[in-house]
Amino acid sequence: MMTNKELIIIGGGPAGLTAAKMAAEAGCQVLIIERSPALGGQLIKQTHKFFGSELTYAKTRGFDIAKLLIDDVMKFKDKIEIMCDATVVGLYPNHEITVYQKGVYSKFKATAIITATGASEKFLAFENNDLPGIYGAGAVQTLMNLYGVLPGQSIVMVGSGNIGLIVSYQLMQAGVKVKALLEAAPKIGGYLVHASKLRRLGVPIYTSTTIKKAIGKDFVEQIETVELNEKWEMVSGTEKLIDVDAVCISVGLSPLHQLLSMAAVEMKFVNELGGMVPLINENHETSYPNLFVAGDVIGIEEASSAMIEGYLVGLIAANRIGYHHPHYETLLQSYHDQLSNLRSGPFGAKTRIGLAKLRGETHAR
Amino acid sequence: MSKKDIIVCRCEDISLAELHTLMEQGFTSIEDLKRQLRVGMGPCQGATCLPIIQRELSIFLKKPIEEIPLPTVRPLTIGVPLKAIARGAKNEK
Repeated sequence: MMTNKELIIIGGGPAGLTAAKMAAEAGCQVLIIERSPALGGQLIKQTHKFFGSELTYAKTRGFDIAKLLIDDVMKFKDKIEIMCDATVVGLYPNHEITVYQKGVYSKFKATAIITATGASEKFLAFENNDLPGIYGAGAVQTLMNLYGVLPGQSIVMVGSGNIGLIVSYQLMQAGVKVKALLEAAPKIGGYLVHASKLRRLGVPIYTSTTIKKAIGKDFVEQIETVELNEKWEMVSGTEKLIDVDAVCISVGLSPLHQLLSMAAVEMKFVNELGGMVPLINENHETSYPNLFVAGDVIGIEEASSAMIEGYLVGLIAANRIGYHHPHYETLLQSYHDQLSNLRSGPFGAKTRIGLAKLRGETHAR
Repeated sequence: MSKKDIIVCRCEDISLAELHTLMEQGFTSIEDLKRQLRVGMGPCQGATCLPIIQRELSIFLKKPIEEIPLPTVRPLTIGVPLKAIARGAKNEK
């Protein structure tokens, strides 16, 4: 049986939730399809306070932001329908999708679709990288912040982006000994305010250093680190051993592009944006008409930009379906301004270069 | 360095040693490697291994990572039991 809907939003994280709220506010009927048992995306496992602006809930903890966004959606019970534990498994022409939810496989057709699938974690290839005790940063946050389970007693963090830095601090708050933080690049990736906090607490941060191997019989007991030269080659003789019972890998994310790619949406591999991303116009619309995108699926950024993109795209998609928001023009301009504002600082450089490359400016810097 | 202890694809349990052996035999695209090793065909559908393989090919072929094409993505994104699809089709009639 094919069920018809006005707007289907794939993913109930920060981008999907804000898109749903805005579209419903304009008068649109919305269906949110979320793979996890609960809405909120990655926000539900983030215990730190966010940066950004008032509009994107700066100074509020991640899980509290999730609550606020879910409350916003719940205010539109007559307009917004929610399916959790439901995975969109196929995206086809004519805005048809297939969904698998708890043993049931069904088809839906929409007038417009917003893909807000987010991203998945990258992993590293090193010796014995399959030993128990080696986690991705997402798994560490899920265990620790969602279920209250410690991943280990002493840990090394690999990767110094904001996630690596923040999760290291959260591990310390939970009583885990963070032995060191390794960064393959010559410079710390994330905000120095987070890195300084770790340094003040005595955590060594080794740049131009990576994990060479994990050592242990049934689980990780030690790791061997190695320094890297300017060509990213391992420098022999620089190996060091560190005793640990857990390793956390936090080496970046790649956009979850699979649904877009299978629907033959025009895509491009842009390293600065994390991997395969769709080509989009200023409306965040892909080459597949009425298929919009928001959040990390169009390039890895922060929850704050995902939220603004969600509002923006919710507004545009609802308008396309025929629901003109009373403040359409003002809001549209405001969200565009906020996005360029967020990306204007030195930490937005990567996104700016990535977006320029996506537009075809191949020598963007 | 023991390449057989470096796991590239966790779903299909494929090591860097197996990957490099095939690359040296001339299987230098992800599509080829996928057909030989089933990399990217397990439950995670390449989320873990494809970025790693892309990087290995980029180094081996001395090409920028942007020039290493990813394999075609086909439905479905996760494993769905055939009985669920059959039941879904029955409901359609």
